[in-house]
Amino acid sequence: MRNKLVERAKELLADGTVTRVIGWKRGEFSYDVTPAVFETAEELEKDFVYDGFCGANVSKYLIRESAKEGKILAFLKPCDAFSFNQLLAEHRIRRENVYAVGIPCEGMADIGKIRSAGIDGVTGIREEGEEFVLSTLYGEERIAKKDALAERCLVCKSKRHPVYDELIGEEGEDLPDDARFEAVDKLEKMTAEERFQFWRGELSRCIRCNACRNVCPACTCENCVFDNPDSGLSQKAAADPFEESMYHIIRAFHVAGRCTDCGECSRVCPENIPLHLLNRKFIKDIDELYGAYRAGENAENKNPLVSFREEDAEPSVVHERGRA
Amino acid sequence: MQVNEQTGFVPTIVAFCCNWCSYAGADLSGTNRLQYPANVKIIRVPCSCRVNPMFILRAFGRGADGVILCGCHPGDCHYTTGNYYTRRRMTLLCSMLDYLGIERKRTRVEWVSAAEGAKFAKTMRSFAEEIAALGPNRRLEDLRVRKSEPEGRVPDAE
Ligand code: SF4
Ligand code: SF4
Repeated sequence: MRNKLVERAKELLADGTVTRVIGWKRGEFSYDVTPAVFETAEELEKDFVYDGFCGANVSKYLIRESAKEGKILAFLKPCDAFSFNQLLAEHRIRRENVYAVGIPCEGMADIGKIRSAGIDGVTGIREEGEEFVLSTLYGEERIAKKDALAERCLVCKSKRHPVYDELIGEEGEDLPDDARFEAVDKLEKMTAEERFQFWRGELSRCIRCNACRNVCPACTCENCVFDNPDSGLSQKAAADPFEESMYHIIRAFHVAGRCTDCGECSRVCPENIPLHLLNRKFIKDIDELYGAYRAGENAENKNPLVSFREEDAEPSVVHERGRA
Repeated sequence: MQVNEQTGFVPTIVAFCCNWCSYAGADLSGTNRLQYPANVKIIRVPCSCRVNPMFILRAFGRGADGVILCGCHPGDCHYTTGNYYTRRRMTLLCSMLDYLGIERKRTRVEWVSAAEGAKFAKTMRSFAEEIAALGPNRRLEDLRVRKSEPEGRVPDAE
């Protein structure tokens, strides 16, 4: 697949359709792949990668990149395409400056899971059926996909690209949603006390690095409330449990209705805080209360938080619901 | 003032009231000499929709034990549709607070029109009673601003 993408990118660069390509590049290690912009065929040959560690979502970079002169080729996995589409809906990307190529994705590996399985010194990854084959400093290792896939990929919402100019591989399909909300269901069934303890345990690890905000393709404000010294939330350390709750409620709230559940926030968190459980709570509530809605599915859809129906539920439904 | 008879706890309650309906409702209850608890601190906002979830959290952080948001009845908003947005927003916020294990009764939304002075007083009384019974807000408080247990503030029951 990697070679196919490089070939296509070289063609499009050569015939002048695009002037740059955004894709992925290896970091210091094979598993810290980051988005990168390539300008020449040589750069592509040398550095371009597309493998089981390319979880990073490139769509947010297109805000900056599409504002520049000339067209950029963007390789989008299905979940990147959802984020891209959502950004189009918010008029954050100049569509005419992007040549979007949808690429297939069979799920991305989570290096944390691989390490916990006792596999160290990873230098490369490839897929083979239901397994990942890892080359390591100590020889080849194999791990079942179900044990190594990122959480978000295990509950993947769709293999379909909601938007593209060109597709490499076959058109995928939406996948059923049930498994995606299991963890939220489980939390909802706990008592308030248990939930409180669970979240205190998770959120108290937050070091306020702001990585979850920075990576999020839905967080695109130029002036973020978390950088505003008057917000009381701009310090780079949460001095009090209150601040942690405040930061996390507000972060999740600000992307409610726009979060495509791409899972990037949880991926980048150095403390492994399950941020997706906050986002998914909002997604689930919105689905249940205001009708099924998937951010990024259709650039025409209206964000449920900036629309209403006269017969909407009253906030007291929360008090009546789940008396468990 | 609404006091918890057993513990002597006097809750601090913040009420965000929209200028056009609920604040006028509060005024009316005043001119009609209807009593509502003195520990309810009213903050006037142009529209219930002005209330950002941060206001509510900040109120808790700054020492509120309960926060109530009052606006015009849906359909009667001075700005036509503001409170419809409020309704969705606050529903989601209340649900999120509950999800985080923060007592769901501490946050409430009520619609009070300018003609409902009696409803205003009654709502505030019942809310204050509920919060007095719940006890001090501990799950969403900022310890740096916790007052040194002044009158009314009782140490944790636990
Ligand atoms: S909040 Fe997390 S899952 Fe949602 S769009 Fe942002 S990074 Fe993706
Ligand atoms: S990425 Fe994790 S540690 Fe960093 S601010 Fe977000 S939740 Fe906190």
